Amino acid sequence: MQSETKSRVDQLTSPAGHPVTVLRFEGDIASTSKDAVLGTYQALPKDSVRLVLLDFSKVDYINSSGIALVIQMLIEASNSNQKVYAFGLSPHFTKVFTMVGITKYAGLFPSQAEALTAL
Amino acid sequence: MSHAKSTTVEVRLPSRLGYEKVAMSTAAAVAKLMGFREDRVEDLKTAVAEACINAIEHGNRLNECLSVGVVLSAGEDALEVKVIDDGKGMKCLPPKPDIDKKIHGEEDPRGMGMFLIQALVDEAEWVAGVNGKSSYVRLMIRLDKVAE
Repeated sequence: MQSETKSRVDQLTSPAGHPVTVLRFEGDIASTSKDAVLGTYQALPKDSVRLVLLDFSKVDYINSSGIALVIQMLIEASNSNQKVYAFGLSPHFTKVFTMVGITKYAGLFPSQAEALTAL
Repeated sequence: MSHAKSTTVEVRLPSRLGYEKVAMSTAAAVAKLMGFREDRVEDLKTAVAEACINAIEHGNRLNECLSVGVVLSAGEDALEVKVIDDGKGMKCLPPKPDIDKKIHGEEDPRGMGMFLIQALVDEAEWVAGVNGKSSYVRLMIRLDKVAE
């Protein structure tokens, strides 16, 4: 019933010259998304990845279990001295992420271009 | 909506994760017919989805022999949603989630559903069923809420 979560990793460079690892998600982010969300993140090399950018622009549905997966990622990123940012959330999920406090640990941007400019 | 005074829509869901989206879509359709703003429809969708997930996971404990009832009652200026399961209901509400505690491993990363429900609708009430069955959460979302 839930649409499968797809994920993809892209390597970009910010205008300031910093390497940025982009995790792009597609579909629903729910309890069934552990491999796509946490698994994809955990497969990144911890020693070389410093900036992680999450792309939610093709995600329609995120529930509290999906938010918990994002928080688990933030915990691991915090322990690895990585910075996490996100873009492409709808206005509603931007509000939800703000309500639960995620914005304290992951900066949100409207678009990839605005995120990269800030990094 | 000309017949909004006493319009009731009922949905019965299997206790299987993912089917909360059926209730979510139905609630959104009713809310749109009533004239809710798009942002309030989105609030309602998330609140209804979280209420159904709680009913499926905690109320009915993922027992697919049990179903979750969703009753949407459209009034003139508000939509009431009852999500009914066969659990014993809540004895007390969990504390508000604390992102700092979660990040520092002092609190489970999960457990935000009830907080989101309370934050996104105008009223939320958890009612324990008689004899430990038919517990429900009642949500109320009002049309044209005056900005605070």
